[in-house]
Amino acid sequence: MEFQNALTAFESVIGLEVHAELETKSKMFCSCPVVDSTVSNPNVAVCPVCTGMPGVLPVVNQRAVEYALRVALALECEIAETSIFARKNYFYPDLPKGYQISQYEQPLARNGRLKFQTADGEREIRIRRVHLEEDTGKLTHVHRDEETFSLVDLNRAGVPLLEIVSEPDLRSAVEVRAFAASLRTILRYLKVNSGDLEKGVLRVEPNISVRTLGSSELGTRVEVKNLNSFRALERSVDFEIKRQIAEIQTGRQVIQQTVGWDENLGMTVPQRTKEEEDDYRYFPEPDLPPLVIEPEWIDSIREALPELPDAKLHRFIQQYSLSEYDADVLVAERSIADYFEGTVAALAETPQVEVSPKTVANWITGELFGLLNHHGVAIEQAAITPQDLASLLQMVSQGVINQNTAKIVLAEMFASGKPATEIITERGLTQISDRSFITDLVDQVLSANPEQVDEYVHGKDSIARWLFGQVMRSAKGQANPQVVQTELDKRLSALRAAEGH
Amino acid sequence: MQIYELPADMLARLIRTREISAVEALESVLGRIAEVDGRPGSLNSSDDDPEDNERVHAFINLTPDRARIQAEEIDRRTAAGEDPGPLAGVPFTVKDIFCVKDTPSTAGSKILANFVAPYTATPVSRMEAAGGVMLGKVNLDEFTYGSSNESSAFQPSPRNPWDLTRVPGGSSGGSAAAVAAGEGMLSLGTDTAGSIRQPAAFCGVVGMKPTYGRVSRYGLIAFGSSLDCPGPVAGNVTDAALMMNTIAGPDKRDGTAANMPVPDYTKDLKVGVRGMRIGLSSEYFRITYFDPVTGEFDQQPIPEEIESAVLSAAGYLAQMGADIVEDVPMPHTKYGVPVYFVVSRVEAASNLHRYDGVKYGYRTPDSVDYLPELYRKSRAEGFGVQSKLRILMGMYVSAAQYSEQYYNRALRVRTLIRNDYEEIFDPEGEHRLDALLTPTTPTTAFPIGEVYGDSVLMQYADQFTVPANHAGVPGLSIPAGFAGDGLPIGVQLLGPDFSEAKLLQIGMAYEMATQGEEWRRQIPRIE
Repeated sequence: MEFQNALTAFESVIGLEVHAELETKSKMFCSCPVVDSTVSNPNVAVCPVCTGMPGVLPVVNQRAVEYALRVALALECEIAETSIFARKNYFYPDLPKGYQISQYEQPLARNGRLKFQTADGEREIRIRRVHLEEDTGKLTHVHRDEETFSLVDLNRAGVPLLEIVSEPDLRSAVEVRAFAASLRTILRYLKVNSGDLEKGVLRVEPNISVRTLGSSELGTRVEVKNLNSFRALERSVDFEIKRQIAEIQTGRQVIQQTVGWDENLGMTVPQRTKEEEDDYRYFPEPDLPPLVIEPEWIDSIREALPELPDAKLHRFIQQYSLSEYDADVLVAERSIADYFEGTVAALAETPQVEVSPKTVANWITGELFGLLNHHGVAIEQAAITPQDLASLLQMVSQGVINQNTAKIVLAEMFASGKPATEIITERGLTQISDRSFITDLVDQVLSANPEQVDEYVHGKDSIARWLFGQVMRSAKGQANPQVVQTELDKRLSALRAAEGH
Repeated sequence: MQIYELPADMLARLIRTREISAVEALESVLGRIAEVDGRPGSLNSSDDDPEDNERVHAFINLTPDRARIQAEEIDRRTAAGEDPGPLAGVPFTVKDIFCVKDTPSTAGSKILANFVAPYTATPVSRMEAAGGVMLGKVNLDEFTYGSSNESSAFQPSPRNPWDLTRVPGGSSGGSAAAVAAGEGMLSLGTDTAGSIRQPAAFCGVVGMKPTYGRVSRYGLIAFGSSLDCPGPVAGNVTDAALMMNTIAGPDKRDGTAANMPVPDYTKDLKVGVRGMRIGLSSEYFRITYFDPVTGEFDQQPIPEEIESAVLSAAGYLAQMGADIVEDVPMPHTKYGVPVYFVVSRVEAASNLHRYDGVKYGYRTPDSVDYLPELYRKSRAEGFGVQSKLRILMGMYVSAAQYSEQYYNRALRVRTLIRNDYEEIFDPEGEHRLDALLTPTTPTTAFPIGEVYGDSVLMQYADQFTVPANHAGVPGLSIPAGFAGDGLPIGVQLLGPDFSEAKLLQIGMAYEMATQGEEWRRQIPRIE
């Protein structure tokens, strides 16, 4: 209890450093392809440049700059007309040149912001800078037959990397997670990064300090690394805040250091302290001229930016009368939002048959998501097009098939890629609403089950439900349930009336 | 006259017209090399061979088999009526700071002694594409760090063909010595502070440092990346122009290469200098040292012989119609060497990071189980003293707490040096110069062992050449006679960005004007 009080007496101050590999075809400074280094054979996407051979020179990948500008503009940054690449010097076997080409004093973009939704409403976090650099290779440490060695894979060395640094505006683990998730969504919307934390394509490193509530001074900050899920991010921040408060509470000091998150232990583990940190001896990269961005280029990239999640969310709520929850689920992925709008648009082509956007949202987030998850397929790869879904929903709306049939049809559409009409015709699934046909079915079922009818007549209401099921079954599920219900009710109440109850 | 004595442009013409075969030319040059070069530089040269003092030792790696294949291909093409290009069959050497695919590319260092390059540097591949026949790699100061070639890990280091007790200069000493000694008509060198022009002057040949970015650096093992310029070493101005034609131009592999078309440097070579404005500056007739204790300037005049060689050249140019403009102010010349000490070393230290014993090159044979120990031992054993000095100083002046005091300050002074040139070459300015005429070096070639070890003094050999590297402007060194001790004197022409054609025209005018002079007929005697 005392600790809980302590928690409320402190405020945490958190900034994020995010590294996003850019999904360009080739690397940042050479023409090697960018490959998935978690599945590729080692050292297949390498050349003299990205392996740091003597005498090689870097050449900037313009597409990477374009991707970086997309992000910078989406984050409402000021773009530097001239930015400078710099060398960050240090030794490590995953860094073949012994320096990383990065940006230091003059980054590509500064002073942006990101708005996102939290349970407590909208938050806005300032973005300090966005800059371009190159990724390092990957080391695998091997212990085999009492021998210990490290293997170097340079496939990832030189992959374009975007560094996004926020101001320390975040105040809780939940907020950190929401911010990171929102940033991830934007990167995916811009088609510059897959957002895969597990593969390390997107890496989020919070730096955390705490201070007494009301203080404006910053505490000693600790940087957390090795976070490969949003869950780990949230847990680590939470852990670190509590750890730091406990340090202060017990009269110790928070040491400026880098810590690693240990998922199994559920705690952060010290990696290195400030004293051990290197002086990177930054200086302007003489092998690259200043990066000059023409205003016209910025304009054309800005114009080509897609609608961003936050704007889309608000529009969906307004335009389609969706709940914030539904809208939020739909805009989480650009492809899903596009799918939703594609379906709504297809429906609008035949306005005489009304299907509400809310119904479309329900089908997508319910049935379709279920199928996608079950089969592990992304919505872009689904065999069902928005047009297919629209025509299926129209058939439900027209009463050609019922909801349950529609679900079966959807599953088959998903599996076979055939349009709904074809499946319905093939399998004879058209719903029967013909009253005389249904009346006949009801009569057949009642005369075939005299005992149950007798029980009903003598007051056992629940039998009505069983009888309904029997009628539906004899219609092989194709009977319009409303009609069945009406006709069955009519007959049963007539029977009760005849018995005098 | 032997084939190996022919200028490149004449030899190429004879080969293209099939009067001489490329194989014949190659064998002539190989014969000359066998005669004068002696044993190539190697890592294990502890035993002094008295014969060493009678040979040039330009080479580290001679690759005759590779050259023969190229020469035969040239002959096959000329026989088939094809044109192999402007350098058809011309044997040339390459300073061993350039990568050439499948050949050792050592940078004159133990740390790269076993390195075989997986690709070819752009200027080398351009020369080969133009029909040139590469003879092999010539010696240099380790990683180009020096002005005498003595710092090469491959000993014996090259000698000056005019006096085998003297250094050939450096760092392109092997290049200049080879051209002077008839071991290949052309050589590809690099110039970071004067490394083409100074040895060219010491060895009595022509050397050009092009405008920064005029020639691609792709494949040049970097020293001071913002200063390094590949360029030609040749026997005369025409050959330098011919070589510039092939090596200059944009390169998609070098983001700092100038994206500008290349003029034909040989085309108007003989237009003369009438109406050109050529300047002389007193700053180039004295050396300025900084007293290491007080920081005060200490000035010394350059030897009179060198000064009069420059004035005599000015006289010739004036006779041919050039306006000689005297007393041109170049107030920041004296800061060239101190600024260079800082800028080049910061870049050098960083450029040397990649030699870590992990990927290629030298790795300590000792068993180590701690990564930093692998780095420390491999680098301590692999680098020579000049590299280590540059790493130490580069690391020091770029450290976070000193970079403002040294590195950033040096960059600002570098801008002032650049401004000196912009002012004198400004077509609207007071001086409106086409070129500045200066001595290339403050001395003639010094004796082996005399200066080596004093890296500060060694650096002052570059005082008249290094400002052009800071400014990025082109410079041309041409022979201008001999000093009383029989050693060549070089004069230098400096011009605004991309004025190579004009500098070559001025050099050509001087070369033609002095063609009848007695000193032009001297050749180095290597016996």
